[in-house]
Amino acid sequence: MHRWEYHICNIHVVTFETLTWMLHSTFCLQRLSMADQQQQPSSLLSSRIDDGSGMENRWRDIERLLLRSGNLVGPGFEPGPELREALQNDFRVLVIGAGGLGCELLKDLALSGFGHIDVIDMDTIDVSNLNRQFLFRIVTQSFHLLIDFSHTLHYYLVSAAKHEQSVAGSHALRLGMQDVGKPKSEVAAARVMQRVKGVTVIPHFCKIEDKDIAFYKDFQIIVLGLDSLEARCYINSVICGFVEYEEDGSPDLSTIKPLVDGGTEGFKGHARVIIPGITPCFHCSLWLFPPQITFPLCTLAETPRSPAHCIEYAHLIQWGQDRIGEYFDADNPEHMKWIYDQALKRGEQFNISGITYSLTQGVVKNIVPAIASTNAVVAATCALETLKIATMCSTGMDIYMQYTGTEGIYLRTVPHDKDRNCIICSPGVPLEVDKSITLQKFIDTLLKDSRFKLKLSKPSVSYHGNNLYMQAPAVLEEMTRPNLQEQLLRLMGGETSDVLNINDRRLTGVLRVRVTFREGADTIDMDTAGT
Amino acid sequence: MALRSTKYDRQLRIWGEHGQSALERAHICVLNCGPTGSEALKNLVLGGIGSFTVVDASKVCASDLGNNYFVDWDSLGQSKAKTVSAFLHELNDAVDAKFVEESPEALLESNPAFFSQFTLVIATQMQENSLLKLDEICRQLNVMLIIARSYGLAGLLRISVEEHDVIESKPDNKVEDLRLHNPWPELQRYVDEFDIDTTDNVIHKHIPFAVLLIKITQDWKRAHNGKLPANVRELKVNFLTITARRRVEEDEDNYTEALKSAYVVLFPPEISTELHAILEDKLTEVNASSPDFWVMVAALKQYIAKEGQGEPPLDGAIPDMHSFTDYYIKLQKIYQARAEADVTAMVGHVSCILKQIGRDSSSIPRTTIKHFCKNTRHLRVLRCKTLRDEFSSKAGPELQRLLANEESSHPALYVLLRAVDHFAATYNRYPGAFDGELEEDVSRLKAIAVSILNDMGGGGVALPEDLISEVCRFGAGEIHTVASIVGGIASQEAIKLLTRQFTPVQGTFVYNAMSATSLVLNL
Repeated sequence: MHRWEYHICNIHVVTFETLTWMLHSTFCLQRLSMADQQQQPSSLLSSRIDDGSGMENRWRDIERLLLRSGNLVGPGFEPGPELREALQNDFRVLVIGAGGLGCELLKDLALSGFGHIDVIDMDTIDVSNLNRQFLFRIVTQSFHLLIDFSHTLHYYLVSAAKHEQSVAGSHALRLGMQDVGKPKSEVAAARVMQRVKGVTVIPHFCKIEDKDIAFYKDFQIIVLGLDSLEARCYINSVICGFVEYEEDGSPDLSTIKPLVDGGTEGFKGHARVIIPGITPCFHCSLWLFPPQITFPLCTLAETPRSPAHCIEYAHLIQWGQDRIGEYFDADNPEHMKWIYDQALKRGEQFNISGITYSLTQGVVKNIVPAIASTNAVVAATCALETLKIATMCSTGMDIYMQYTGTEGIYLRTVPHDKDRNCIICSPGVPLEVDKSITLQKFIDTLLKDSRFKLKLSKPSVSYHGNNLYMQAPAVLEEMTRPNLQEQLLRLMGGETSDVLNINDRRLTGVLRVRVTFREGADTIDMDTAGT
Repeated sequence: MALRSTKYDRQLRIWGEHGQSALERAHICVLNCGPTGSEALKNLVLGGIGSFTVVDASKVCASDLGNNYFVDWDSLGQSKAKTVSAFLHELNDAVDAKFVEESPEALLESNPAFFSQFTLVIATQMQENSLLKLDEICRQLNVMLIIARSYGLAGLLRISVEEHDVIESKPDNKVEDLRLHNPWPELQRYVDEFDIDTTDNVIHKHIPFAVLLIKITQDWKRAHNGKLPANVRELKVNFLTITARRRVEEDEDNYTEALKSAYVVLFPPEISTELHAILEDKLTEVNASSPDFWVMVAALKQYIAKEGQGEPPLDGAIPDMHSFTDYYIKLQKIYQARAEADVTAMVGHVSCILKQIGRDSSSIPRTTIKHFCKNTRHLRVLRCKTLRDEFSSKAGPELQRLLANEESSHPALYVLLRAVDHFAATYNRYPGAFDGELEEDVSRLKAIAVSILNDMGGGGVALPEDLISEVCRFGAGEIHTVASIVGGIASQEAIKLLTRQFTPVQGTFVYNAMSATSLVLNL
C-alpha cells in the first residue's frame, strides 16, 4: 500500500517502508535507554495490570492489533505484550492544542494505550467551545435544583414507558462544574486522567514559543490540534531544526521526530503525517492552506459594498480614529458592540444591509465554523496514525488525508512532493556562487536572495561545526570578523560543493544552504539577478 | 437565550437557527452503546439534539474501559446503557437523556412500536438478520435509520430512508447565476447607462465586471453576426484589446475580475443532471397527498417551461465586484428584484397546482417558496434501497470490476464485513475470536466470502488474501479511534438528515482505516 517513494536530495530514493522501519528501530532504542534511566523495567510497571483483578481484558480490542502478527503491517512490526507495555510506559506523546481537536486527541490517545501524554495550550475555556470541546462543562439549567438533590439522586427514575429510564442528574452536575475561564490544558488533562485510569496527562498552560526548544526533544511524536498556520509553522521549523543530515544528504534517523497534524473547517478537514527530512514539511506545501481574505483599504474607506466591508472599516480604521490610545480587544463585548454599532451606521450611510452582531464577530475574529463530528473524525485519524507510527501495527496512510463531509463522505489520501528548495527542511537549499566569493559577499548574496531574505536579518555562518562568522556575542564576532574578507572556498577547505549552516534570530531552526562553486571570475550575482 | 446562541455559535454559522431548531426537535435512538454508538451520540449531544435514548442490555466490563470513554471504573458491572447515558448527559444538560436496559434484538421482537417515538435511529454493531428486521420496522414507521459498524480497522455505514429531499444542499462549488449571456431588460437598461470607453479614468476602473462582461460580449456579437465567441480565449482577447486601448493604469481590479469570470459568459450554470432527474421524477405528477416539496418541484417545472425560458428562478445573489458603492448596490437591487419577481411567478404556479389538487391555494407560504427558489439549482432527492434489496443484490459483476482494480480493498472489505456476520451466524462467534483458531478461521471466512460473492453473481474473482487474514486478526475488536471515526461520520450524516441541509451519503460507505481512505458502493 505504501509504495510511494520519497526522493531525498535527488541522491537517494528510499521507500517509506524502509524509512519507517529505521525510524521504528530508533524508537525501540530510545525506549530501551529510557527504561534503563527509570531503573524500573517496563515489565514491572505493566504487571500492575495483570494482577488478577479481571483487568487483563481491558485492552482486549486494541491487543488484537498489538499482540497478533499481521500481513498488512508496518515494517519491523514486532507484536507482543512488550509493545503495549511500551506504549503504556515508555512513549511520550505531546499534543499541541487542547481545543476541538486537542480534546478528542487526548481521549483517543489515552484509549489507544498511550500512557504518557503532555498537552500545551495557552487558551482559557470560552462558552463557544462547548459545542465540541467535550472535556469542558458548563451548567446551564436547574443548577441549584440539582445541587440540592444531589445526595439522593440516582438516575433510576423509571419513566412512563415501561422499560425507559431517565437520566436526571449525574456526577458532573453534582459537582457543579463551571469550567469557563479556566485553562484548557489543565481542565482537559484532569478530565482525561479522571476518566481513563493509568494515563498521565501533564498540562502546560503557555504558548508554544514559551517553551525551550529542548522541551520538544523529550517526546517521540508530536501531534498538532491547532487552528493557526503560524503555530504550525513554528513547530514545523523547530522539529525540522532537530534533523541532522549525513554527508550524503540523508537524515540521521535518530534526530527525526514525526509530526502528525489535523485541521478542520465545518464539514471538512485534513490529517497529515510529517516525517521531517523524509516527507514534505509544512513549508514545502504551504499552498495546501487557503490564503486569508483581506480587503483593500481603499475599498473599505471609499467604496464599501458588503456588510464585511463596513465591519472591517469600523474595526481597522474607525476604532483607531475615534478611540485613540485604546487597545482593541475582540473578547471585550463592549468593544465588539461598538464595532457593530459603527458598522451598522456605515451600512445605513451606504445603503448596505445584512450587518448582524454575529457577522461582526465572525469577520473581526476571523471565526472558523467548527463542529464536533468533523473534529472527531480528523482527531481519531491523527491518533490512529500516531499509534501506527509508534507500533507499526498497521500500514500507514499516504501522508495527507482529505476529509469532505458536505456532499456524501470522502476520505482520500493525496501524495505530494518535498520541495528541494524548502528553507525549513531541505538538507541544503542549492545556491551557486562564484569561486572567488568572499564570506562577506556570500552573506550579502544570502540577504539579497528572494528565497531567504525575509527570513534573515543578521546571518551567522558555520561550516561543519566551525564558526566562520558569528554576529554575536561580541567576542566571537571580533574573532571571526577577519574571515569576512577571506575567500569562502578557502574557508571550506577547498570543497567545491558542501552545506553551510546559517543561523539567524529570525529563524527558529537552522537554514542549510548547499553551496556549489562555479568557475569564472567576473560573473557576479547571477543567481540573485532578478530577485 | 443568549447563552444558547453563544454555546452553539460555531455551528449556527454552518446550519443556521433553523438547522439548530431541527436538531432540538429531534429524538434520537442509539442501539448498542459501545464506542461507536457512544461517540456518535457524543457529537449529537454536544450539538444539542432534543433527546436521546440508549438501548443496550450489557453490563460495563473490563474491555469497555479500554475502548469507551463514556464508562469508568466505578461503573464496572453496572448497566452500560445507564452509565453511558449519564456521562453523555453531562456534556449538555439541555438534552434529555434516557436509556433502556434491553438488547436491541430483543426489543425488535417484543416491541417494534417502541421505535415510532424517534426521529432517527442509529444502529451500531448489529448483525445482518437483526438489521433486516429493524430496517423494515423503521420504513414502516417512517423513522430515519443510520447503520454503523466498526470492525477492527474497517468500517461500514449506510443510511436507510425511503426518500429524503434536500432544498439547502449547500454545494461546495457554486457557479454564480449572473445571466451575463442573456441579460433581462432591466439589467440591459442598467448596462446601457455605462460608457465603458469613458475617458474618466476613475469611472473606468470602477465599472462592475458584470457590466463589462455583458457589454464586451454584446460588442463581440455585433461584430460577429450575432455569434458568441467560440471560446473563452477569444472573449478574453477581446477584453484585453479593449482594455489595452483604454488602459491608463496597469491593474484595474474590475478588469482583472472580468477576465477571471469571463468563462461564465460562455459556460453559464446549466440544469444539473440531479435537477433534471428531479424534474422528470414521477412524483412531479402531484395529488392531494403530495408533500410540499414535490408541489414546488411541479411548479418549478412549469416556471422553467414558461417564464424561465429554460432557466430556473434567479437566486439573486451576486459576488462582490470592484466598483463604486452606488454602482454595485444598484446592480445588486436589479438582481434581487428579478429574483423576487421569479418568486412571485413561482407562487402563482404553486397556488394554481394546489388548487388543482384540491388543497388550500395558500397553504405553502411565500417564504417557503422563496427559500426553495434560492436553491433550485442544487435540489437533491435521496432514495435508499431497502437493506433486503441490498443483501439480495445481484451487483456481483460491479463488485468483480471493482475487485479487479489495483486498489480493491474497499469492495473486498464490504464482502468480508458481510461475511463475518454469516460466520457468526454459523459458528456463534466471530472469526479470530480465539488465538488458537486463527488459521482455520481464515479459510472458513474465505469460503463464506466467496459464497456471498457467488450469490451476488460475482463469482470467480479472488479476494486479497492479506485482507482476509487481517479481518480475522481484527477478531471483531472495536478499536476506539476507528469507532470514533465511524461514529463521527454517523453523527454527521444524522445532522445532515435532521437539518435537511447538505447531501447525505447515497450508497454503502466503506472505510479502510489502514489507508485512511473510503469508497461509496452502490449495489
